[in-house]
Parts: sequence; C-alpha cells; structure tokens
Amino acid sequence: MAKALLGSLPGAIELGLIYALMALGVYITFRILNFPDLTVDGSFTTGAGIASVLIIGGTHPWLASVAAFFGGVAAGACTGLLHTKGKVNGLLSGILMMIALYSINMHIMGKPNLSLRGNETVFSDVSPLILMPIFVLAIKILLDLFLHTDLGLALRATGDNPQMIRSLGANTDMNKILGISLSNGLVALSGALIAQQSGFADISMGIGMIVIGLASVIIGEAIFGAGTVVRATLAVIFGSIIYRFVVALALQVRWFDASDLKLITALIVIIALVVPTLQRYVKQRKDAQARSQELLAASGSRKNSRGGGDG
Amino acid sequence: MKKKRFWLMLAASALLVAAGCGGGGGGQQQPQQQQDQQGAAGGAETGGESYTIAISQYVEHPSLDATREGILAALKDAGLEEGVNLTVDYNNAQADSTNNLSIAQKIAAADNDLVVAIATPSAMAVVEQVTDRPVVFAAVTDPVDAKLVDNLEKPGANVTGASDTNPEAIKMLMDFIAEHFPNVKTVGIVINEGEPNAVVMAKQAEEALATHGIEVIRAAVTNTSEVQQAAESLVGRADAIYITLDNVVVSAVDAIIEVANKNKIPFFSSDRDTVEKGAFATVGFKYYDHGYQAGQIVVDILKNGKNPGEIPVSFPDKLDFILNLKAAEAQGIEVTDAMKNAVKDPETNIIQ
Repeated sequence: MAKALLGSLPGAIELGLIYALMALGVYITFRILNFPDLTVDGSFTTGAGIASVLIIGGTHPWLASVAAFFGGVAAGACTGLLHTKGKVNGLLSGILMMIALYSINMHIMGKPNLSLRGNETVFSDVSPLILMPIFVLAIKILLDLFLHTDLGLALRATGDNPQMIRSLGANTDMNKILGISLSNGLVALSGALIAQQSGFADISMGIGMIVIGLASVIIGEAIFGAGTVVRATLAVIFGSIIYRFVVALALQVRWFDASDLKLITALIVIIALVVPTLQRYVKQRKDAQARSQELLAASGSRKNSRGGGDG
Repeated sequence: MKKKRFWLMLAASALLVAAGCGGGGGGQQQPQQQQDQQGAAGGAETGGESYTIAISQYVEHPSLDATREGILAALKDAGLEEGVNLTVDYNNAQADSTNNLSIAQKIAAADNDLVVAIATPSAMAVVEQVTDRPVVFAAVTDPVDAKLVDNLEKPGANVTGASDTNPEAIKMLMDFIAEHFPNVKTVGIVINEGEPNAVVMAKQAEEALATHGIEVIRAAVTNTSEVQQAAESLVGRADAIYITLDNVVVSAVDAIIEVANKNKIPFFSSDRDTVEKGAFATVGFKYYDHGYQAGQIVVDILKNGKNPGEIPVSFPDKLDFILNLKAAEAQGIEVTDAMKNAVKDPETNIIQ
C-alpha cells in the first residue's frame, strides 16, 4: 500500500502544480481584490477550449497556451466591466459571466468533448514534472515582482481600502479590471495546460474550479502562513499540491465506499484546518491559566509582605 | 509554529497508517499483512490465478451502475468472483473532472492486471495514463471520435471495449415513428448539449427523420433542474418527444413522463430502463446487458489471454423494439397490431 501511495505522489504533484496556476489566479481576486470570482468555472474551460482548438488546428502548443491566456484575460475583462461600470455586485458579475461562458465555450469548442491525443502538446517532449516546477516558479516570481510595482501596489490597495486609494488619485475601476483580467488569464492558462496533460478538453471540466482554488488558497495560508505577498503566493502553490495529495490519499483509504471520496477529502481538509485552531485554543487556555496562577501567587505574596514593597 | 507542524505531521502520518492498513484487498476485516499486498486478493489458497482489476467510473448513475454490475456478473459467471480470486478496486469520480484525473493517475501507478473505464470522460483519462495494461471501456458512445481506439475492427493497441450506441437502432426507431405515427410532423428532443453521446445521437436522429420529412426541434438543458421546463416548452411545438442516452436528461426523465402523459404526447427514449419507467417505445437494450457484454471482453483478456488490440469494439447487437402498453394508454396512443408485430421478442419486450 505504501508503494501505491508513493506511486501516486508524482501524479499529485504534477496536477497540483498545474492547478497551482489556477489557484494563483483565484488568490488575486479572492485575497487581493477581496471577492470570490466565479468566472473561474467558465474561464478555465475557455482556456482549455481555445488551446485545444488551436492545437488540433496545427498551432504550436506554446502559442496556443498563450492564446488561451489572452482568452481568459478577455473573459476577466468582461467580468470586471460588469462589476465596475455596470455596478453589479462582484459575486453576481462572476456568476453571470460563468453562465454566459458556458455557451461561449460550446461555440469555441464546437462539441462538448475534444480529444488531443496524437497532437503535439507542451508536454510531448518534456515531462510535466520537470517543466511545471520551473514554469510555475517563473510565473510566481513574475507575479511577485508585479505586485511590488506601483501598479501592483495600487492593485493591492484597491482591494484593501478602495476609498483611500481613490482619494489618492488612483483609478480603482481600471485596477479592478486589470486584476480580474490577470486572474482569469492565469486560470485559462491553467485550463490549457490541464487539457494538454490529460489529453482532452471537456465542456464541464471547469465546474467546481472555484471551490478547488479557494480550498488551495485557504489551505496554503493555514499551513504556511501568508505574512507577505511572496510568502502568500508560495503558500498558494503548496496549498494546491497538498489538496491534490489529499485527494490521492483519500482514494487510497479502503474503509469507505468509492462514493465517499468527496466526504473523505472534505474530512481531511477539515482536520488540517481545525487542528491549528484547536492548537491555538488550547494554548490560549494554558496561557490564561498560567496568568491567573501568577496573579494569585502575586496577590498572595503581597498579603504576606508588609508595607508597600513593589512586587 | 513548530507545534502546529508537529500536530499536522501527526495527523498526516495517522492518515498514512490508516490508508496503509486499510489497503491490500477488497475485504475490510483482512489481517494486516504488509508484505503480500501487491495485487493478491485475500486468501487464494486454492489453485488457479487471482486477478486484480481497477474500475474508473465517472459518476453514480443508474445506467452506469447497471453497466458495472453487468461487468461483475459476467466475471462471476466465468469463475472470477470478487473476494475469491478477484480483487476489484472501484473508483468513482463523482462527476468531478479533477478527481477523474487523479483516479486515472492512481490506477496507472497501482498494481492491477486490467483497467475498466465506464463512461467517456473516465475512459479518456485512463487511456492517456495507462499504456502498459489492457483497458476495457464501457458505456462509451463514440470511441473513435474520443480517440480511444483508431478503428473499431482491430483497435491495435491496449484498448478495446463496448460501445453503447448502434446508429441502426436510432434509424429503426425513427422509421417506426414515421411509419406508425403519420400525424407527427415535428419531434422535440430534450438534450444536454454538453454530452458528446447525446449530441451524436441527436444528429443521427435528425438525419434519419429528415429522410421522412419530419422536423426536429431541440430543447437544451444543462442540468437536471431544467428538464421539466424544457419538456414543457415542447408542448404545442412538437408532436412527439424523444430523448437520447443523455445522462442529465435520463436522470430527470420522470418530469418528462409527467409532461408527456398530461399533454398526451408520445414519448420515445433510447434505452430500456426509461421505457420501463414510462416512455412509450425504444429500440434498445438494458445497460446491465451492455455491461455483461463488456465483462465478457474482460474475461476474454484475463482468462483466455487474448490481446486487446485483436478484439473488435462491440456494439449492442440484440436490437429489438421495446413497447410499454401502459405508457401508450397514458399518452393516448392506440397501439396497433402492426406496431406490436415490429417487436421480435414480444414476451420480454412488450411491457404491459
């Protein structure tokens, strides 16, 4: 059994790294811009669809993946426009775009399921396990650098306190649109790479992505901490890998039915998140008890001593 | 920070131990034996080989579950019984495409003799990952289009299986409609355009009906909650309702039966289980039998050692009309003798 578990580790890391790009996208909207962007469910498939159609048509896979990125950027821009200019609530704009993208993706793909077998993909010559760590690291570094530029800082400020940054003269609307576009671009890129790794693109492959993205972000933060942006992006990447590993683990647990897979996955994640909370609670109580002991001892000794000796 | 890590490591190692101890056989009360877990079922002391198969199913669904049961029944009838000389590693992606990929990777990395994939998304994921073992697919509509096999007669590689559509069946049903229902000028199809099997079948139905001058209108749905409204939208616009082998629509077929019965619209389906529920007619088969067919392919490969590349992809061949007379009454259809004569096996295939 341990052999099977170790055997599924490379697969989990592979998938985890590709989905990490999607998690980074979700991080931008969820943590920096402060709303969960449901467009992700749609733009993931948009990226996969665009890349697949281009690859089947003979385009070079890297070019197809870049085109997928820009497809995601377009989708994100629509959400951003709806939210900023249309004054639609962020969550609702994401939902509306997700619904619209379902039909748009059907048009892009032409049919619900596209097979990429036999076509050249970015992984044809290089194993994902070698290519992805380098690629994800490069994207992470670029993202960190961007978030430290003036524009990036304005983006972060927009999420934290839009009124303040607006009073300083920044255009929060453009910032939000930029952030959402960048986020969905990354998600679409992730979708394109997943389609190439798994060999097919399916119209429903994006369903549930937002949940996985949020789970990766939150797990990463809970375990690795998110003090600085550099640390937070690293945490998100590890969170994605850990989530994939949790699923691989849950698949190996034999005591439950196959239908309990999602329940087990949820339980493992709950344990991982609740344990630190319990830890903190226990520590607080111990500290409080120690403090009360100290106070009792101090007041006791004051009673016994005479005069106003300073304790 | 250190303590938090410590507890996390403890929880993780507890889980690893749980996974390790729980594995190595289909049964839950197997004694923990870490050494002989590679592929051996628990306790095959009697002579003869024991096998391990892994099953990847995309979603829990009556047709797919029936397929799986058919496969296991075929294995049992051939002497391969779960728990005795067969270990079955059953995985269900629960309609989550990411879990589908993880399952394919897990199966590829594990020790098994043969992989069964039920439904197109599972088959596509498994075929990509498993290249050194036989793969048998079932409940796949168009294996060539999904690039699972290059050709249907001699697949050539390590993949073969059973396809669940036969275009002949659709043509037979459409001819039946044209012949026995002369006042049907438009047929409405409730369809989930997101499923490749449904799209393929709807196109074939459209072409077959066009030769009789009958028009087709489509009512699209994306999930089971939309099926009722889609069916209601066809009232007044279509003279008959038809559905394909469409997972979403078939799951919500009771809603369509209600609408058909209330508005006296003949309702045709593509599989037997739906006719048993209340559709009027189909040219079809039971998914259990389809699974049985796929199971026989598995037996051929495991027991007789046949090369999967030599085994042609099988299609449902026992095609017959299946009529439900009670449903006919509810939908206001007068069942003529001519209709009944179209059924080759009236005893099993005319449901009273």
